[in-house]
Amino acid sequence: MPQFTTLTSRLVALPINDIDTDQIIPAQFLKVTDKAGLGNALFFNWRYNADGSLNPDFVLNRPEAQGAQILLAGDNFGCGSSREHAPWALTAYGFRAVISTSFADIFRGNALKNGLLPIIVDKATYAELLELAAKAPQAELTVDLEAQTLTLPDGRAVTFPIDAFSKACLLKGTDELGYILSFEDRIAAYEATH
Amino acid sequence: MPQTLFEKIWNQHVVAQEPDSPAILYIDLHLVHEVTSPQAFAGLRRRGLRVRRPDKTVATLDHSIPTHSPDLPILDEMAAKQIQVMEDNCREFGIRLYGLHSPQRGIVHVIGPELGLTQPGMTIVCGDSHTSTHGAFGALAFGIGTSEVEMVLATQCLLQRKPKTYQVHVEGRLNPGVSAKDIILALIAKIGVGGGTGHVFEYTGPAIRALTMEQRMTICNMSIEGGARAGMVAPDDTTFEYLAGREYAPKGAAWDEAVARWRRLPTDEGATYDKSVTLNASELEPMITYGTNPGMGMPITGRVPDPDTVADANQKLALEKALKYMDLRPGQPLLGHPINVVFIGSCTNSRISDLRQAAELLRGRKVAPGVRMLVVPGSQAVKRQAEAEGLDKVFLEAGADWRHAGCSMCIAMNGDQLQPGEYAVSTSNRNFEGRQGKGGRTFLASPLTAAAAAITGKITDVRTLL
Ligand code: SF4
Repeated sequence: MPQFTTLTSRLVALPINDIDTDQIIPAQFLKVTDKAGLGNALFFNWRYNADGSLNPDFVLNRPEAQGAQILLAGDNFGCGSSREHAPWALTAYGFRAVISTSFADIFRGNALKNGLLPIIVDKATYAELLELAAKAPQAELTVDLEAQTLTLPDGRAVTFPIDAFSKACLLKGTDELGYILSFEDRIAAYEATH
Repeated sequence: MPQTLFEKIWNQHVVAQEPDSPAILYIDLHLVHEVTSPQAFAGLRRRGLRVRRPDKTVATLDHSIPTHSPDLPILDEMAAKQIQVMEDNCREFGIRLYGLHSPQRGIVHVIGPELGLTQPGMTIVCGDSHTSTHGAFGALAFGIGTSEVEMVLATQCLLQRKPKTYQVHVEGRLNPGVSAKDIILALIAKIGVGGGTGHVFEYTGPAIRALTMEQRMTICNMSIEGGARAGMVAPDDTTFEYLAGREYAPKGAAWDEAVARWRRLPTDEGATYDKSVTLNASELEPMITYGTNPGMGMPITGRVPDPDTVADANQKLALEKALKYMDLRPGQPLLGHPINVVFIGSCTNSRISDLRQAAELLRGRKVAPGVRMLVVPGSQAVKRQAEAEGLDKVFLEAGADWRHAGCSMCIAMNGDQLQPGEYAVSTSNRNFEGRQGKGGRTFLASPLTAAAAAITGKITDVRTLL
C-alpha cells in the first residue's frame, strides 16, 4: 500500500451530501479484472456528457481544479455499494485525501487500504473550506498525518481524528493482510476449538 | 452481563484483539462473485498465498451475466472475460462455484439462504454491500471491499472495529397492500441514508416477528441503504422452519444440537443498544422514492418535498439536484405519474413470495401499452419454482418479459437497462443517478406497487387494485 505522511495541495469542492459509489465510479466500469487505469472512470456520468464530450460545468473539468489532490465532499461520502473501485478510481485520478463531515463505513475502510486518507472535519471547518475553495481556488492546504493536522492557508491548524492502527498502517504503508497473517497460530487455535 | 444478539456473535468470533487495534474476527462463510473478486485472487497469486478454507468459501455468477438463456453466447467481451476469470480462479483455488449452467446459480444473497448455507450465529461476508441480507437469520453479515476479500480468502479472518448497536423496533402489523419493503423504505426515509453509519441494526418487535424469512431478508437487505453495514433479526421458529431440510443445513442430531445453540442467540432481557428508533407498521402506507437515494422516500399518497423547506444547505442542494435529475417538481404528487419500465427482481425482492405477490395482481390483467416489464427471478431455483406454479405464464400472458436469474436491471451491468430519461418502478434497492442505466430514473417500491404500476402505466396505489 502507498505510504501517506504529508500532503500539500489545492482543494476541489463537491459540496453534495451522500455521494454514492455509483457516482464515484458507475457500474459499467466494474467489469475490469484489475485495479489499474480507472482514473478516467471517476465521476464518469458527471464529468462527461451523453455524447462523450467533457461537461465543462463539472468542477473537476475546470482549469483551477487540475492537479488538486484533495477532494472536499458533503456528508456521508461513499455511501452505497462496497466497490473498492471507488478508491481505486479516486487515487488513479490523483486524489490522495478526501475531506468530509462523515464517510460511509465501507468506503472509509476501502480508502484506508489504498493510501487514500479520509479526513473528518466538523461543520464549521467544512463551511470554511468550502468558502476557501470558492474564493481562493489556488490556495493550498497541508495535511500532516503524524500530527493529525490540516493546516489552512492562513497557518491555522485543525486537528482530525484517525484511529491509531489505521494511522500507523498509512504512515508505514503496511497492509492489513500482513498483520493478520502474523496471527496464524491464533487462527489455527481458534479453528481447532470451533 | 446481558448481551445483544450482535454482541454474542461478535464475542464468539474474536480470534485476537490487540490493544489500540481492531479485532481479528473469524469468518464462517465467505460468499464470492465475479465483480469484486478478480483483483483479490490476483493479490493471492502475487503473494504466493492459497485460499485458507475453500470449504467455507462459495462462489456464484450474478452481476455481469446476461439474463437470456445461459446457452446463448455472452456478447459483452468484458463480461465474458470476467466470468471466465471467476471460473478459472475457482478451479485454481478449489472453490465451489455455482456457474453459468448450474441449476442452483443465482444472486449471491438469494442462493446463500436458499441452499441453507446461511445459518444463525454465523459471521458471513461477501464483497457486496447487500450481504446484510443474511442477517435475517440472526447472522452477523456485512459487505467488504476487495482488499478484505483477499484477506478473508487468505486467512478466513477480517480486521474489524466493533460497531455500535441500533435497535429498530417495529410495532403493530402491516395492512393489506403494505409489505416488508415499505417498512424498510419508511425506516430509511426517517433516519436518512447515513442514519445507521457505524452501527449494526437489530430489527425487533411484533411486526418483525410476524414476517416470513423472505420478508425479513427484504428488510435486512436494505440495512446498508440506511448506512448500517449489517442488520439482524433474532432467530426463532420461523427461521428454523425455513432452514430445516435445506441442502447445507445440519441434519439429524446435528440439527437438534444446532437449534438448541441458536435458541440462545436472541438478545438477553435487559441488554441495551447504543441507539434506537421505533416505527409503527399499522400506520404505514405503501412507500415510494422520489429522489436519487433510498432515503428520499415517502408514502405513495404524498407529495414531492420542496427544497426550500430544507434547512441544511447541502441537503437542500442534494434535493434540488435529485429533483432536476428526476424531472419532478416540488409539491407534485407521484400518484398518476407515467412510467416506462417496471423491474421486478434484485436481491431485495426476487424471491418466490415476491413473484407470487406480483403475479397475483397481474393474473388476468395486462401490462399497460407502452410499458416494458421485466421479471427476473433471484435464482434458477426460484425460476423453476415459479414455473412449477405457472407464474411465468401469468407474467408472459400479461405481456411481461420472463428471464433467467441474475442482478440484471438492479445494476444494469449486463445490458438490461433503462434508456436516458425513462422512468422505472423498480423493486431493487438503489435509485442512485444512472444506477439502472445512464440517465434512467428510478422509483423504488414493493413488488405489489411495481405490479400495480405495470397494469396502469403510472404510479398507482396498489390498495385501489386489491
Ligand atoms: S441484485 Fe443488485 S444489489 Fe443485489 S447483489 Fe445484485 S447488483 Fe447488488
